[in-house]
Amino acid sequence: MTTFSAAEAVLDQVVRLEKVESADQKRARLSTGSLVVAAGLLLLGLSFGAGQIAHFAMSNAFDEVQLPTFAVPAGPAVLISAVLCLAAGVGLISGRLSPAWRRAAGVVAGTSFLFGFLSWAAATSALPFPVSNQLSGTVATATPLILGALAGVIGERAGVVNVAIEGQFLNAAFAAGIVGSITKSIPAALVAAVLTAVATAALLALFAIKYLMDQVVLGVVINLLASGLTGFLFDQLVQPQSRVLNSAPTMQPIPLGPLANIPFLGPILFNQTILVYLAVLSVAVVWVLLFKTRWGLRVRAVGEHPKAADTVGISVVAVRWQAVLVGGIFAGLGGAFFTVGSTGSFAKDLTVGNGFIALAALIMGRWHPIWAALMALFFGFVTQMASQLQTLSTPVPSEFLLLLPYIATIVAVAGLIGRSRAPAADGTPYIK
Amino acid sequence: MTAQHDAGLQLREITKKFGTFVANDAVSLDVQPGEIHCLLGENGAGKSTLMNVLYGLLQPDGGQIILDGEELHVENPRQAMAAGIGMVHQHFMLVEVFTVAENLILGREGGPVLNLEKARAKVTELAGRYNLPVDPDARIEDLPVGIQQRVEILKALANDAKYLVFDEPTAVLTPQEIDELMIVMQKLRDDGKGIVFITHKLREVRAIADRITVLRRGKIVGSAEPGTSESELAELMVGRAVDLRIAKPEAKVGQIRLSVKGLTVANPAGAVVVDGLDFEVASGEILCIAGVQGNGQSELADALLGNAQVTSGTVTLDGVDVTHSNPRQTIAAGLGFVPEDRQHDGYVANFTVAENLVLNRFTTQPFSKGLALDLKAIADNATDLVERYDIRTESITKLASQLSGGNAQKLVLARELSRDLALLVASQPTRGVDVGAIEFLHKRIVAERDTGAAVVIVSTELEEVEALADRVLVMYRGKAVGIVSPETPRDVLGLMMAGVPYEEALANSKAAATGKDN
Repeated sequence: MTTFSAAEAVLDQVVRLEKVESADQKRARLSTGSLVVAAGLLLLGLSFGAGQIAHFAMSNAFDEVQLPTFAVPAGPAVLISAVLCLAAGVGLISGRLSPAWRRAAGVVAGTSFLFGFLSWAAATSALPFPVSNQLSGTVATATPLILGALAGVIGERAGVVNVAIEGQFLNAAFAAGIVGSITKSIPAALVAAVLTAVATAALLALFAIKYLMDQVVLGVVINLLASGLTGFLFDQLVQPQSRVLNSAPTMQPIPLGPLANIPFLGPILFNQTILVYLAVLSVAVVWVLLFKTRWGLRVRAVGEHPKAADTVGISVVAVRWQAVLVGGIFAGLGGAFFTVGSTGSFAKDLTVGNGFIALAALIMGRWHPIWAALMALFFGFVTQMASQLQTLSTPVPSEFLLLLPYIATIVAVAGLIGRSRAPAADGTPYIK
Repeated sequence: MTAQHDAGLQLREITKKFGTFVANDAVSLDVQPGEIHCLLGENGAGKSTLMNVLYGLLQPDGGQIILDGEELHVENPRQAMAAGIGMVHQHFMLVEVFTVAENLILGREGGPVLNLEKARAKVTELAGRYNLPVDPDARIEDLPVGIQQRVEILKALANDAKYLVFDEPTAVLTPQEIDELMIVMQKLRDDGKGIVFITHKLREVRAIADRITVLRRGKIVGSAEPGTSESELAELMVGRAVDLRIAKPEAKVGQIRLSVKGLTVANPAGAVVVDGLDFEVASGEILCIAGVQGNGQSELADALLGNAQVTSGTVTLDGVDVTHSNPRQTIAAGLGFVPEDRQHDGYVANFTVAENLVLNRFTTQPFSKGLALDLKAIADNATDLVERYDIRTESITKLASQLSGGNAQKLVLARELSRDLALLVASQPTRGVDVGAIEFLHKRIVAERDTGAAVVIVSTELEEVEALADRVLVMYRGKAVGIVSPETPRDVLGLMMAGVPYEEALANSKAAATGKDN
């Protein structure tokens, strides 16, 4: 059968279509490149007005092992960073870099901009920039973001868009605050937070899965509901007797034995609260759940092609409900951070958009738990840097510094990441 | 009732309604192990509904399913699979980003922790047993459609199915892939499987069926022997005599109207989907673009309309460069466009028939006066076109969403042909249209050619290509494999659709023919 074998030969080899740069890719290349060049030019400008010496403290006063404080000549440091940044930017714009080099250029641009900007900022102050505080603060700040992003990852992998992470955070923070205040128990507060967030998730699941409501609108409504509800209860119930209802205990750092004494890394990684350890553990748990278990395979299947799952006897509705509710557990832990994980008291709208940053982290992390966690760390870094620079009293207005995390979100989502591929059925209700 | 009658899988008096619409009206069908039973019917006749009832995807309003003499209740696909019924779906039920092995174990993972090693072994074992080789670690989206279907078949077989339903399995395949599928189906039959083969293609029915049952408008209208001629089958299917091939006068080719040079189009991901196409179409001729779905034909049509990103090359219409024109400009330059996806791109479902009939002209005389629409002129136009194109609608003020597939397509074609055209581009002009309407639409397209327009038809149906084309351009992976005469033998066209150049395809096909003779 010559005919068949000839056709077969063509069929069986999987030929990939040739690639050229599409209009979208060209736009992405030019915008990313221009952004990096603009950052380089900014540094170049700053290098002329830079102070004398920038100090970087590698350990803080309470650490057991004291590391030296580095002094860097600010002018040259900023100038070199500017040149590196510009070179990376030009390289990106040229479009002649291989994918590996493009990635390298991105890393060079990012680190040199950070280093240059920090050198400039640190040189404006006589106080050293506390590098170890910056890093340990990053881990703490990123904790709720990681947990929130994981909640989103699980839901969206199953095909339910979760814009309501913010609302889940807020409800959970409120519940943790009240229960913590009454019981004076951190575990009880955590349980209350988880239950509340799961209940909020149930609301999301009910309207998204059963009543097929537009999931983005639904998420916004749930956020408004959470804000209104907690605000009302806070005014009417908590505020009048805040000593009883708004004075939850706070989590203390738990040093992990000898690990906590490793110079530099010890205090950053191994002397954190239980919630931080839980967050790291959760990343691993979600990864295993999604990619190594039967349940995870089904979750991913209903998020990509629900009908295919249905035709092999998987209940799309049940799997989606499970995924959204399981996501609620992580959102609840994340929400608890804002009360029992920090000051112990609740304030109106105290989650200030962290739920949305978690959402950005999961999109930038391409719906993958590990990448989403890394993106959450990035946002944590920027947020922490803003507050460090505020204490250094740099000439940058503090309001501007508070904007930094949000600017980073916009830049990252719009410019640097470009098109990323969501689960195919994300946000689409399943109707038989 | 004899034991003979009890064996096999029987559907008895199945009735399924959607609202007031009766999709299946007391339909009875049976299939025995070791036979291929063809269920023939037009689009919308209720074939897929019936099979979805059998597979537990839909619940019937009446009737019974009997398996080997015992009544079977199928409330979901899991129960159907457990009873030994497998289904090869028309739209593959495969998760594109999963590997073959992952797709195969989905729903039958065999434990809370995934064991992909075992899944791979299972794929290899099944592939060996049924001689359907496939790489267990390949991602579905990287596989050609024919191989994807192989995975779909393996999936249906994975539960040791005794009965297999093939729902329009040939719609997405090249002729060679269809031949291969036929061989696979015959082998499965010889292994003792009972096969229900759903199709509306007469040629396939004649090639493979052991028994034929014809469904029309939800009812069984008869059964036929495998030897029944195509025209008899068509008459059973449609309910009246049909011309399967329209009479087409010789083309009177005039001067060149459309000229495409080195046209290259990239999709948003940067993949080259139309790759350096060169062709010309003259006044008074029909060029058919043949090829398997997804080889760049849709993007070519979009590029001619001005709705795709052209990376390089030129498109010239009547001497004017329209490469980078937008759709409004190309339409003004004399383009009539019938889109592939009629429901999404062909008309506005929530507009009336009359409004839809002026979508391409409502901004100009006589349909608008200053800022206002001339509703009288719009209504007159609609009354006229509805009559001339035999669009079956209660009134011109009915919504377009209420039209049947064939009538909706007549509406689109009526609108596009209602003005003088330099070029008509029609993609899949008769997809999902009943046989009767196909005849009408084809006649209209040929009539438009004879008024002097250049016509480009994109079609994946070889029957349509043979009926309409004056010349055939075969596309494969964005490139033109060749431009050939419509009299080219089917198997040569089929090889070309798989990327084999004309000379080689011809040689191959001759060799195969001699092989058969010996």
